[in-house]
This record gives sequence, C-alpha cells and structure tokens, in this order.
Amino acid sequence: MRLPDSVRHAWAVAAKDLLVEFRSRTGILSAAVFVVLVLMVFNFGRDPTAIPNIVLAPSILWVTFTFSAIIALNRAFQLELENQALDGLLLAPIGRSSIYLGKLVANLVFVAIVEVIGVPLVALFFNVDLWSRIGPLAGIIALATIGFVAVGTLFSAMTVRTRFAELLLPVVLLPFMILPLAWATLATTRVFAGRPLSEIGDWLKMLAGYDIVFVVLALLLFPATVNE
Amino acid sequence: MRLLRAGRWITAIALLGLAGVYVRALVYTPVERMQGLAQKIFYLHVPAAIWAETAMVLVGVASVFYLFLKDPRLDRFAHATAEVGTVFAVLMLTTGPIWGKPIWGTWWTWDARLTLALFLFLLYVGYLLLRSAVADPASRARFAAVLGICGMALVPFVHLSVYLFRTLHPMPIVLKPSEPSLPGSMLATFALSWGVFTLLYLGFVLQRYALSYLNEQLEAAGGSSA
Repeated sequence: MRLPDSVRHAWAVAAKDLLVEFRSRTGILSAAVFVVLVLMVFNFGRDPTAIPNIVLAPSILWVTFTFSAIIALNRAFQLELENQALDGLLLAPIGRSSIYLGKLVANLVFVAIVEVIGVPLVALFFNVDLWSRIGPLAGIIALATIGFVAVGTLFSAMTVRTRFAELLLPVVLLPFMILPLAWATLATTRVFAGRPLSEIGDWLKMLAGYDIVFVVLALLLFPATVNE
Repeated sequence: MRLLRAGRWITAIALLGLAGVYVRALVYTPVERMQGLAQKIFYLHVPAAIWAETAMVLVGVASVFYLFLKDPRLDRFAHATAEVGTVFAVLMLTTGPIWGKPIWGTWWTWDARLTLALFLFLLYVGYLLLRSAVADPASRARFAAVLGICGMALVPFVHLSVYLFRTLHPMPIVLKPSEPSLPGSMLATFALSWGVFTLLYLGFVLQRYALSYLNEQLEAAGGSSA
C-alpha cells in the first residue's frame, strides 16, 4: 500500500529535522538538562512542610513542560535560517501543508522526548506514584501537547523571521498555551488525587476540541506565513 | 483627511455622551440594593468588556478577508481595531478591580474570568508586538493576519472555559440566552452606555485608521514614520 504523497512528503521533512537533531544531539541534551534544572528550581522555590508534594506536582509538571516546549519550538525554524535552508525547502516540489505537518511531527517527537524525561523525574523528585496512573496521564499529556505544539509550530515560522525572535515567540504563544495548560493541570490534579476518570471528561473534551481546531487552522494558515 | 475629521467628531460626540451616561447613572438610575454605589461601575465595565472582545473578533474577521483579498485597507482596519481593543481591555481590567475591592474585598483574584480577561489583553499586546517586530509591510500584514485569526479562534474556548471553571465573577446578566435580568431603568442606562462605547470605538478606529494611512503615505514618500 502506498501512502498519499502529502504524508510521505511530511514524513520526509520530519525525518530530515529529526536526523539533524539526532546527529548533533545538542538541542535534545540542552532541553533535557533544562528540564532537570527547572525541576530543581521548583524544589527550592517551595516550603515542603507547608504544601504537600501531591498538590504541587501537577503545576510543576506543566510549567516545566511549557518552558521546555517553548525552547524546542524556538529551534524548529532556527535550523532553516542557516544557509537559507528555508528557501530550499519552499522550492521543493511539495505542498506547504506537508512542510507544516513535517515540522509539527518533528516538534512533537522532540517535545515528547523531553516529556518522557520529565515525567519520571517529577515522580522521583516529588515522590508521586505515577506508575498506577500512567495511562490517563499519558492521554492528558498527549492531548495538551498536540494543541500547543500545533500553534507553536505555526507561530515559530513567523517569529523566527522577526527581530527578537526568541523573546517574541513566548510573548505571542503563551496566551494560547494558558488554556490547554490550565485544563491539563486541572485534569492532572484529579488523576494524581486518584479521582474517578469521569471527572476529567470535560477537560479532555476541551483539549481534544482545541487540538482539532488549531491543527486544522494551522494547516490552512501556514502557507500565509511562508509565501512571499 | 475626511476620515480623520469624521473620527474626531464621532469621538467628541461620544465623549459628550459619556458625560451623559455618568449623569444618568449617578442621578437618574436607582442604587443597587446589595452593592450600593459600587454597582455604578457596571455601566463602564460591561460595555468596555463587550467591545474589547468584539474587537478581537473583528480583528479575526478582517484578517480572514485580508488573506483572501490582500487589500491593505483590511490590514489597516485590523491594526486600528486591535489598538482600540487594547484600550478597552485596559479599561475593563482597571474598572474590574475598582469594583472588586469593595465587593469581593480584593483587587484581584485568580478567578477564571479575570484571568481570561487578562489574557485577552495579552493577546492584543502580542499582536501589536508582532506587528512592530516585522519590518517588511507585506510580511507584517500576513503575520498579523495569521495571529489575528488564531486569536479569534481562541475566543469561543475562553467562553466555554468560563462556564467550566468555578468562578466568583457575576454571570452574564445582559447578554445571555434568556431575557436580561436587569430592572428597566438600569437596562436603559446600560443600553445608553453601550451605544456611547460603540461610538467611542468607531471614533477611535476611524482616527487610528486615518493615521495608519498617513503613516504609510509618509513611508512611501521616503520619510520616516513615528
């Protein structure tokens, strides 16, 4: 069976990005170290006798993911600026939406790796039993991550070609991240507290709706960010 | 410049109307039984909030049409509306705490509606910052349109969220599916105020639009814009 061209092209773009990443490993290593450092900062920024770990852990988890995702997204199109690689990519005989999908997949893999490193560290540092709740937690993380990485990939294609790119991306992206972040944090709090899954249904629906709306919107809008 | 002059006139009339709203709200409208005089700020807060949100939707609609038609007038309108929306968002965010202090006993709480109002404001700031960070006018218009459309798409999620989160903020009493639950005289004052804010919005946008146009002419003539 042959996959549709657009999917193969998107995969080619994603594979190229991931290959560059795994050859150098600078980005992923820095992001991993960054996660550890943020978690350490949190450890010092609280009074463990006043607030139980289980109460704070969901917030710590999501704030850490937010910052690491922004770092990852900043780098997504930075790569293409060197040697005018972006022009080459745009000249390639593939659809603009394939380029976007490829970038989205590469970013998702990158952020997912960071999250896979982050979750056990949160469990370890903050003494939360995650193992029994790993299923629902993975679902929440996947739904939230798809949403904000979809918006972030679109925005980083724009901000990378502006002044103050590294600063501008968080400024325009964070208002869009706050909502999925808030839903995910609330859902995670309930999962950690061992509440029944029916209580997080509403949050998961909102996250799924957000994902659908913004992935579709980003696919439609991406050409406008790269066409001259 | 006809637009600029029209904008000035409309703004002047609206400012007079605003004085009228104050007089009507303070003298001719009954004092709310539970909240006392603090409730008067409702006549400023709610119209400002309505226009702050409507402006975001208008930015989005203008952006959608801009991407199809590539008409610079639409981009100019989106820019003007975003700036005026920012002003109204600031008005909403300042009048809210002034009311909150006597009624809730605190200037600010991390209530869902307040938080969401704050990030509507941040959305505008991000939009304006993005515009100022792109030098090329064509890319600037396209980037701003993309962000404007995403901003508009975010508004319904904000609204759904308000109903999902537990919130301290009064629920909508004017714009809701059933009839407004407000006594007639208060509703009349509110309607007057809403009309005045609509004029203010129009007057501001017209002036800002005309200024953008003049700025572009100046840039095209080789001068540097302010």
